[in-house]
Amino acid sequence: MIVAVASGKGGTGKTTVAASLATIWDGPVLGVDLDVEEPNLNLFLHPVIAGSEMAHMTVPMVEEAKCTYCGACSELCQFKAVSVFNQVILIFPEMCHGCGGCMAICPEKAISPGQRELGEISWGRAGDVGFLSGRLRIGEAMSPPLMRRVKARLDQMLAVTGGDAIIDAPPGVSCPAVNAVMDSDVILLVTEPTPFGVYDFKLAWEAFTPLGKPMGAVINRAGLGNDAIYRFCREKGLPILAEIPYDRAIAEAYSRGRVIAALSPGLEATFVTLRDEIRDLAKPSRSREAAHA
Amino acid sequence: MREIIIISGKGGTGKTSLTGAFAHLAADKIICDLDVDAPDLHLLLQPAKERQEEFYSGHEAVIIGEKCDGCGLCASLCQFGAIKENGAGFVVDPVRCEGCKVCVAFCPTAAIRFPERHCGQWYVSSTRFGPLVHAQLFPGAENSGRLVMVLKQQARELAKARGADLVLCDGAPGIGCPVISSLSGANLAVAVTEPTPSGRHDLERVAALCRHFQTALAVIINKYDLNGDETARIEVFCHDENYPVLARLPHDPLVTKAMVQGLVVTELPESDFSRELGQAWSRIEALAGLGR
Repeated sequence: MIVAVASGKGGTGKTTVAASLATIWDGPVLGVDLDVEEPNLNLFLHPVIAGSEMAHMTVPMVEEAKCTYCGACSELCQFKAVSVFNQVILIFPEMCHGCGGCMAICPEKAISPGQRELGEISWGRAGDVGFLSGRLRIGEAMSPPLMRRVKARLDQMLAVTGGDAIIDAPPGVSCPAVNAVMDSDVILLVTEPTPFGVYDFKLAWEAFTPLGKPMGAVINRAGLGNDAIYRFCREKGLPILAEIPYDRAIAEAYSRGRVIAALSPGLEATFVTLRDEIRDLAKPSRSREAAHA
Repeated sequence: MREIIIISGKGGTGKTSLTGAFAHLAADKIICDLDVDAPDLHLLLQPAKERQEEFYSGHEAVIIGEKCDGCGLCASLCQFGAIKENGAGFVVDPVRCEGCKVCVAFCPTAAIRFPERHCGQWYVSSTRFGPLVHAQLFPGAENSGRLVMVLKQQARELAKARGADLVLCDGAPGIGCPVISSLSGANLAVAVTEPTPSGRHDLERVAALCRHFQTALAVIINKYDLNGDETARIEVFCHDENYPVLARLPHDPLVTKAMVQGLVVTELPESDFSRELGQAWSRIEALAGLGR
């Protein structure tokens, strides 16, 4: 089972929930950081890194001696990564999405695969918890290509070790967030009961509902703000799987890099219950019942 | 004209709450919400929309079932795994489609349409603090970087037309395409951070991004009293890298209290928080060369 921990609004506690769940999970589990722009899971799991590699994507390289400047490549490219005018061809590798269209369409076979560095993928272990993370190169604009490579490695690792994975997703509801959750089995939406938290939670619910995956809510800093989030969840039939109280002691523990499930028996019990609720939500029978409800 | 962008790296450090307060404190300005993905500034400013425009960006592939002969060439060419055979024929998954047109160009029976993708809306509104240029990307849509550029262009034109000497922008979290787009042409970036391992780490990454694009950066430490050691580490980092620290703001439920009422924190009775924030704004004006 792959559990994606997502939000909408940033700073609501995705990493806190992902790290806590990973540490109390029963059975083999991998903590996966797909917030490649700002990966933070390592700051709480403190993994021993066993290996890393640079990730690249294929971008066009032109052999100008073969080019006849016919313009087929630039006409096809939707991302302005290839430009042909008069007797000049220019490649803008940072604009390339890696579709391979220019290489496939060039009648002279003048375009060959080159590379753009996306960032680094690293992996290791934190005690019983496996660890995998992507880290976007500074200046790289697109995170989905690196996320796809991290997910490919996740599939390989799960094929070897078996078990479950908990994905720490990036904030927001656009392409990076959707990419992080679209291959999961369950989506956990973490929010706080403030007006910003609720507004972005609704956006996230709208963005992820078409994926047709079981979803549940975790309310962090419960007691802050107002009750709008509870009304929204009730209206949409979205189960609230856990509540973490608004407590300055929790915020301080987080500021020291602590995993909050380890703070008190009460908080540990909250996450153990959350784990069981997630397993229950992932059962196919449950989603069938929901569909009939 | 000056352009100031509030960013953070890490989400939830207080960007939007502070941008709202600065919008209250700043004189002639155009306000601009560049977090087009999950915009929240309008919740504080309650804008009255005066103009609404549709945002189209790129295209998406759609297979016409009757024309498709099921050869599967499109699925084998697609680098994004967006085309699958679902039993009844080949279909494009709009969530995975990047709009690259490769399938359209190579389909032997011309069975793939390529309509424009409607990605969101943008607005020009009036608020109690002045004009607001903002947008809403449809949930799950892409190309927020391009929408950021559209908003900035609108805000600049509006500033010119109204003789405003400042465009004040609320940015997105992270260091990817919307943030990179929002830095272009900015005179000053203000990073809001918090004294936590994530806050400090993400500040370091967003600072590296500003260096990469040669944008001047200043820092505000929010919730500074949560962890004195982390606050000290952030201050050492800023000192070593020559980033001015504009303010240390206390961890105060006042910010949420204001938000729940649809107000910015400087509209509540005066507090340590609002005094410190007022000083921060004066420093920002000086750094950005405003009012000269």
